[in-house]
Amino acid sequence: MNLFDILGPVMVGPSSSHTAGAVRIGNLGRKLLKEEPVRADILLHGSFATTGVGHGTDCALIAGLLGMRPDDMRISDSFRIAKDRGLSFTFTNKTLKDAHPNTAVLSLYGKSGQHIEVQAASIGGGRVMVHKLDGIEVDFSAEMPTLVVYNLDRPGYVSEVADLLANHKINIATMHLYRDKRGGYGVMVMETDQPIPEDALRSLERMRGVRKVIFINTEV
Amino acid sequence: MAFDSLQTIVEACGREGKGFWQIVMEDDMREREVSWQDSRNEMYHIWDAMLLAAATYDAGLTSKSGLVGGDGAKMEAYQKQQGEDSFCGEYMCGVIAGALQMGESNACMKRIVAAPTAGACGVLPAVLVPYFHKRGCSLDQILEALYVAAGIGQVIALRSSISGAAGGCQAEIGSASAMAAGALVHLKQGSPEQIIHAAAMALKNLLGLVCDPVAGLVEVPCVKRNVVGAVNAMASADMALAGITSRIPPDQVIDAMKEIGDNMGAAFRETALGGLANTQTAHDIARKLNGDGSGPGQA
Repeated sequence: MNLFDILGPVMVGPSSSHTAGAVRIGNLGRKLLKEEPVRADILLHGSFATTGVGHGTDCALIAGLLGMRPDDMRISDSFRIAKDRGLSFTFTNKTLKDAHPNTAVLSLYGKSGQHIEVQAASIGGGRVMVHKLDGIEVDFSAEMPTLVVYNLDRPGYVSEVADLLANHKINIATMHLYRDKRGGYGVMVMETDQPIPEDALRSLERMRGVRKVIFINTEV
Repeated sequence: MAFDSLQTIVEACGREGKGFWQIVMEDDMREREVSWQDSRNEMYHIWDAMLLAAATYDAGLTSKSGLVGGDGAKMEAYQKQQGEDSFCGEYMCGVIAGALQMGESNACMKRIVAAPTAGACGVLPAVLVPYFHKRGCSLDQILEALYVAAGIGQVIALRSSISGAAGGCQAEIGSASAMAAGALVHLKQGSPEQIIHAAAMALKNLLGLVCDPVAGLVEVPCVKRNVVGAVNAMASADMALAGITSRIPPDQVIDAMKEIGDNMGAAFRETALGGLANTQTAHDIARKLNGDGSGPGQA
């Protein structure tokens, strides 16, 4: 969390957690999907469900999915813009177990058929945390350049990925491994001090056992 | 890494012979790997956005619910008409008007600066903008004061929370008030110790404040709570400058806020299920809003 998460963001009201944070969650979902979304089925939990509409949480999430920033004056008009851009969406209120009060689950489909399910929470002051990716528990904010690698849960992947990054002179700031069950699929989340160049990402994608590579550059 | 204790910042000030703001700014430079010019430019951008938001208040706007709008203009007219005869005096009435106006702008989906949140966006500009215009302080002093405020807010966020959904209104208006109190002490050349004691007193005065927004909107009572945050910040800054200290050390006050927030029922943490949001009038308002679909997001 940096100083300008405290003083800032400069944003369209009325709520940093329910409006600005929701825009960021939408934006993060778009980046994790890696393409233009055409369909979004969204679950709202806790305070997002009970007071979301009053805070414009729904139009803020859609604004983020469309690529808008928290200070975009078109946020309140995002439903209409979504229609123009071919994004259809649904909202459902649902109580989740052990979830942060301001949580949304975004089930997203992209124009070329990509799909991802993202559970994220708005944790205050416009800051957000991703808590689940495709059902696997994770924990990252994407406030730094963040690399997400879906891989088979087998020995050796961590060092191979780390070596590849080292060869590109990229320093790993933090690194976490998550998996649903032993020997199944795992998700590797690394925050890096430098952005990762395109050719390094292509090499990562070609690694045996790697299912998907997502890179989120700087803040969303 | 950001500081997780106000005392640590004060100790760093003593050890390195630097001001509170400088310790916070250097930490930002390290953390984000930026030059001091870049850090200062970013802070200037924040200040510029606050000034612009304050200058572009529109008394003719009302929020989509119709609950909020125009009160800031009423207060400003009263301030001009009463002068020093009002209970709070002309200067303080200006602060009150500023807090109302910024809160109203936020509710009307105008562009504001979250400080630390959008619901509490009126507190810092309410105390800083009049000081800048009327007391003739320099831009550098204001930017330094904003570093002080941000540093205090960062410690509160790390040790406790700045989210109403997690900690109630004490975490939003309380935090904003503590940040503003510290900033004001800096503007009067107070010591680092005085800065954190002003922050502690401001926060203590608002401990336990629940988040109970009518119909779940950042409107009632949020807009007027910005007023109490600003006025309390000024009182706390003056107390600290008078040599008064918080009997409970500042970091422990923040820890107390966390304990209170953790034990606060969900009805009082932004869910709009308790307190003012649970009054008959609030229910009537909520029913009307849901019934005619005039809430934001229904467009």
